[in-house]
Amino acid sequence: MRIVSSVLVVCLLTAGAVAHADFALNMREGVTQTSRSVYELHMIIFWVCCAIGVIVFGAMLYSIIRHRKSRGVVAAQFHDSTFMEMLWTIIPIVILVGMAIPATTTLLAMEETGDADMTIKVTGIQWKWKYDYIDGEASGISFLSSLHPKHNEARMLGSDVDLRQFGDQYLLDVDNPLVIPTGQRVRFLLTAADVIHAWWVPDLGWKKDAIPGFINEAWTQIDEPGTYRGQCAELCGKDHAFMPVVVVAKSPEDYAAWVKEQKGSVAEAATEALREWTKPELMAKGEQVYTTVCAACHRPDGQGQPPVFPAIAGSAIANGDAATHIDVVINGRPGTAMVAYRSILNDVDMAAVLTYQRNAWGNAASVVQPTEIQAAR
Amino acid sequence: MSTLSAGHEDHHEHGPAKGLLRWVTTTNHKDIGTLYLLFALVMFFIGGAMAMVIRAELFQPGLQLVDPNFFNTMTTVHALVMIFGAVMPAFTGLANWLIPMMIGAPDMALPRMNNFSFWILPFAFTLLLSTFFMEGGGPSAGWTIYPPLSLQMGEGFPFMIFALHLAGVSSILGSINIIVTILNMRAPGMLLMKMPMFVWTWFITAYLLIATMPVLAGGLTMLLTDKFAGTSFFDAAGGGDPVMYQHIFWFFGHPEVYILILPAFGIISAILPTFARKPLFGYSAMVYATASIAFLSFIVWAHHMFTVGMPVVGELFFMYATMMIAVPTGVKVFNWVSTMWRGAMTFEAPMLFAVGFVIMFTIGGFSGLMLAIAPADFQYHDTYFVVAHFHYVLVTGAVYSIMAAAYYWLPKWTGNMYDEKLAQIHFWISTVSVNVLFFPQHFLGLAGMPRRIPDYSVQFTDWNMISSLGGFVFGVSQLLFVYVVFKCIRGGEKATDRVWEGAHGLEWTLSSPPPYHSFTTAPEVR
Repeated sequence: MRIVSSVLVVCLLTAGAVAHADFALNMREGVTQTSRSVYELHMIIFWVCCAIGVIVFGAMLYSIIRHRKSRGVVAAQFHDSTFMEMLWTIIPIVILVGMAIPATTTLLAMEETGDADMTIKVTGIQWKWKYDYIDGEASGISFLSSLHPKHNEARMLGSDVDLRQFGDQYLLDVDNPLVIPTGQRVRFLLTAADVIHAWWVPDLGWKKDAIPGFINEAWTQIDEPGTYRGQCAELCGKDHAFMPVVVVAKSPEDYAAWVKEQKGSVAEAATEALREWTKPELMAKGEQVYTTVCAACHRPDGQGQPPVFPAIAGSAIANGDAATHIDVVINGRPGTAMVAYRSILNDVDMAAVLTYQRNAWGNAASVVQPTEIQAAR
Repeated sequence: MSTLSAGHEDHHEHGPAKGLLRWVTTTNHKDIGTLYLLFALVMFFIGGAMAMVIRAELFQPGLQLVDPNFFNTMTTVHALVMIFGAVMPAFTGLANWLIPMMIGAPDMALPRMNNFSFWILPFAFTLLLSTFFMEGGGPSAGWTIYPPLSLQMGEGFPFMIFALHLAGVSSILGSINIIVTILNMRAPGMLLMKMPMFVWTWFITAYLLIATMPVLAGGLTMLLTDKFAGTSFFDAAGGGDPVMYQHIFWFFGHPEVYILILPAFGIISAILPTFARKPLFGYSAMVYATASIAFLSFIVWAHHMFTVGMPVVGELFFMYATMMIAVPTGVKVFNWVSTMWRGAMTFEAPMLFAVGFVIMFTIGGFSGLMLAIAPADFQYHDTYFVVAHFHYVLVTGAVYSIMAAAYYWLPKWTGNMYDEKLAQIHFWISTVSVNVLFFPQHFLGLAGMPRRIPDYSVQFTDWNMISSLGGFVFGVSQLLFVYVVFKCIRGGEKATDRVWEGAHGLEWTLSSPPPYHSFTTAPEVR
């Protein structure tokens, strides 16, 4: 096996097909106590399997070499041994019990989600994540986190972008990473707006499903500042491969600075939501929001992908009464892929994207102001 | 196929009908077995072609060939076709051919139903594959069809559901037939504990099918009413629970994976003693181990769902129960090795595939044991590690056993020996390439590559390229299998009745090829 792979690898390398060899073989140890316990369990069970494998395959190999008809052996005719049957029933049970003990300890520690220093709500949305800081100094901070636009462009079918420029971060980079402080026990509440997703950062040692209508709990504590990458692990539709998770762990001081900055923009957004916006302002912002939030399903040109994702360009709703249009976006369309954006988009973003939808691609309808959204909620 | 040459006994009143209509109206267990096996072979190549698309797209990062939705359709339909269209019908075909000959019966107990249960299948799979040409494309939510995602499917959705319903009906009818045949049609003296292991494993498999197929049908019907009749079984907004679908699905799904492997255990337990020229070690332990595995299969389903957020007590229960499966499975492997031990072995193609099965199925078993450890599963779950695991168990397990069976019994069925040299070449190319294909996927999963993605980060490139190369070679090398099989059907060195020096069992007492109605007078079993 190894020889065959090695030969293939050499061929590939000399052909220049591979820019850098990166033959990772094993699980990463990760950066949390949990991930290290999981790694240890993984290595123990791996070596147990190897030991059993050596015995079983060794016996087979010996038998295959020695007990061949071509060597003139005469077959023995034994076909039963209660002693042996007992032996190879009891020994595996003992091994399994030995294995179950550390597995149980680790599992109990992983599932103990109480006593957290702070809580973050994670919502999976086709195909991005939303992070809400629930409590503490960061309470009120809330943002969407999607695949970085550069990567998004590069991953399109038939794009000529050289992926090697992104290195190991290709498809694992986002516009707004989740930021958490080091040394604190962070509890995650995971849910989803549309379909089931799974939030996974290998370096934290676990993944957990984000399920619409339900809330799952998990926790982590990272001690070293750094950037840790992962992605959605549960098939969630067409762009499942393109919803990465990036966690940036910052020292408490850096984290406090980040929170202050975010809080500033939260306050700014609140005042912005109250003023009258001009149409060009709304159109410019709307295009940005449309690109990150709507374009994956309804396409950048508003043509949609019927029958599942209807076209917005030329649609009766986008060209008709604003109230209906606002209602569809705020409350979604139950039974379809259109989720309720009530708690996903703020007043300004929703007004902007509605205005954009109603005035792009030949659509001609009214401008929607943030205050109208506020009233409609 | 064997019966094409049966015209020499014209005084026989119940020979096969002439012409193509014979295959439509046949109630003969051998004809129906042949139909099942040919159908499975066709489906194996259709599913295989989809695997080639998957491996071609994954050859390097970036999207080169297909858009992500079509990629999801490929992974979904590849699985559905391989499981319900290739492996299950292949085992049913083997059961049809072999069970009457092994228990000393003239035919299956319910021959007309037998015809019906086969002829449902071509319609079911035409329906399934026709969804490719509908608006919204084929099924793309994975073979597990989890809601709410599966409810976003286009117009193909109800067609997929009906196709699976039909396949389920076919399986249930086939299983009833097998159970009735085994319980009623055994020759005098063929006590239950004297039945060949293949008959035993199929007997148990048939019960698993009858117990679980209706559960799948129920879950699928609930999906259908959620989509079209306004129910909300799986919609939290209407008071339902999407996770309930997963419980229902895996209550079917876990026994299903044993449905795909128990008959393989029976085949291997037939082949190893023949080529070791030594009786099967621990026959009764093998029977009890099979029954234990079948029982355990009903209480481990949620190990497919460790990450859905079960109560910790539930996670512990399913972890312990899953680990227990290693015990009876271990008994089987140890018994096989003991069967080989101090035998006088030769390594014709069936034996090569059988030994390959034992080694590579055990590798799949090891990764299964690793996956049972719930905390570690939080890392492994939904990665390529799982993909590697179940392909070791299903390709080098189930599929290898089917190929072993084909080479082992083809001379009996056709009266001709197959081309041994080509068959051995087929084995070696397949075995090298299948390991190049699937072994690196363990590394990919551990390094953090999720399954069911059409594009991946650059650091996963190298192993993916190697895996794809292995995949292409494995795919193409199966054409050799088809060539060897059809060459054998058309002619070749005449086979003796016993075919293999060490073969034991009633089927080897019949002529090669066997008469159209296997045992018209019941043989006496000592």
